[in-house]
Amino acid sequence: MSATLDIAAVRARHPAVFRGKGALYWLLLAGASGYLLYLMWLFDFGRVFTDLPKVWVIVRLMLDWTGFAGWDHLELWRSMLETVAMAYLGTTIAVVFAVPLGFLGARNVIPQRMFRFLARRLFDGLRGLDQLIWALVFVRAMGLGPIAGIMAIAVVETGVLAKLFAEAIEAIDRGQVEGITAVGAGLAGRLRFGVLPQVLPVMISQALYAIESNAREATILGLVGAGGIGLRLSERIQINAWDQVAYVIVLILISVTVIDTTSRYLRLRLIGVAR
Amino acid sequence: MTLPAPTDDPSWRLFQQRFGALRRKQQIESGSMAAAVVLLFVVAAIWTDFSPGTLLRGAPRIGEYFGKLLSIEPKGAAAPIPVLALPHLFGGVKQPQSIAYWFYRFNVYAELLWQTIQMAILATALGGAAAFALSFPATGTFVRSRTVVFVTRRLLEFMRSVPQVVLAFILVWPFGIGPLAGIVAIAVHSTGALGKLFCELNENADTRPVDGIRSVGGSWLAQMRYGVVPQVTPGFLSYALLRFEMNVRSSTIIGFVGAGGIGQELKRVIGFNIYEEVSAICIMILLIVVAIDLLSAQIRHRVIGALV
Repeated sequence: MSATLDIAAVRARHPAVFRGKGALYWLLLAGASGYLLYLMWLFDFGRVFTDLPKVWVIVRLMLDWTGFAGWDHLELWRSMLETVAMAYLGTTIAVVFAVPLGFLGARNVIPQRMFRFLARRLFDGLRGLDQLIWALVFVRAMGLGPIAGIMAIAVVETGVLAKLFAEAIEAIDRGQVEGITAVGAGLAGRLRFGVLPQVLPVMISQALYAIESNAREATILGLVGAGGIGLRLSERIQINAWDQVAYVIVLILISVTVIDTTSRYLRLRLIGVAR
Repeated sequence: MTLPAPTDDPSWRLFQQRFGALRRKQQIESGSMAAAVVLLFVVAAIWTDFSPGTLLRGAPRIGEYFGKLLSIEPKGAAAPIPVLALPHLFGGVKQPQSIAYWFYRFNVYAELLWQTIQMAILATALGGAAAFALSFPATGTFVRSRTVVFVTRRLLEFMRSVPQVVLAFILVWPFGIGPLAGIVAIAVHSTGALGKLFCELNENADTRPVDGIRSVGGSWLAQMRYGVVPQVTPGFLSYALLRFEMNVRSSTIIGFVGAGGIGQELKRVIGFNIYEEVSAICIMILLIVVAIDLLSAQIRHRVIGALV
């Protein structure tokens, strides 16, 4: 019985620990759960369970690869490489634009507040709409094909990278810039020898990471006709060729893994070399 | 950079020699890197038919298209006029070049955007709950069995690797056209992405509370509930909110494949070239995405501040 006594004693000594949650907590919890249940009802979530047999049908068809030899491997691999090439081109173009924009958006390069505010809002605007929306717009403007996808990647990634670059530039050590200023360098010299050596490794590493994530994103751009493997995927989903859909997804997963590994290796090497 | 050399100092000459060698090595390294980047660019451009010619031919069309997005063709008038003009800015729905005319289907878009946000809320909640449950068996420090950890981790990896739009496209077949396929696709992806992050938080959690609860005879569930959960909850909530922001973005496009939300309407107006509606919807999406980002950032800071 001593255990019970102990608990009573402890309870008396530390009332705060044993105090229950307040009424507000339970009210919020009940409200949140009620809202989620309402959403489930609204979106007819029960169908996930009643339609589960249909999902199993697809999964079974996906796992049946007996027609493997007859699939158009050449075209699929070509499209996969096209996707990777799109990601690379789009990101490289974005880097070319993002470097100057990043400098323009950095507080320690351009002290005017208004200018910086406008630059930052421009980056937000480019990033705010998803790549797929840009891709759809570019497909309408320039026609079907990888060029629309490349433009979409370039536009969105310019916004993303410009923001990251500006932040990297703002985070530099001022001593180096002051040293260069002290020996009489102008603005160009300060940027080239004071700022650039500090931010270049960061920029390259972020650009590599961007290629990685864009390769992922580019796989779906084809769904709206902007080139790459997505187009093949969407054709195969529309004709219910589920075995080939599964094959394409496996191809995507493999390629993304290869790019991830390569880019991670390069980034690590870069850090090792730079420091 | 040549410095004035003190003529006959052997240590200076040695320095010059080594410095020169180092410089040359660095120059060769960065030069070959730059060459590789350019070479890859050329190869990729050839592979995708991305020539300066196509780009130059396409560039005016892009300008033209974006111009059309911001202009309207009022009834009777032949030439398109800008979508907004200062004198008519606050005119009624029947007045071209007014905000009301441009956003005359505001209520329809607003309803669809609200549906989009609700899709993101439900998908984040479901994904977060599943990730919460799966993150504990996926943490090596909490689970003895290597197999359980390995299987859970591969499952999470698979869930986050399949692009969610692709998953939504596939799920439209069993679940039918509508938001449900999108919600499930986003929820599955969120489970994978959040599960990994939750797992990392679990790994960094202090193990002493767990040891304490085990030492007084607590079960595995009790160890997790009272030893780990209180430590990791702020991090979990913060990551879940971050995920919610991303999910709002995703749910705006998931409709492109027929999986509900504003994307379906956006694809329709882009397809039918209803230019001013394209820009109206895009502006509304942009505003709502930015607003939710700001709001969620505020809540994130509060959550971390209040719970730590």
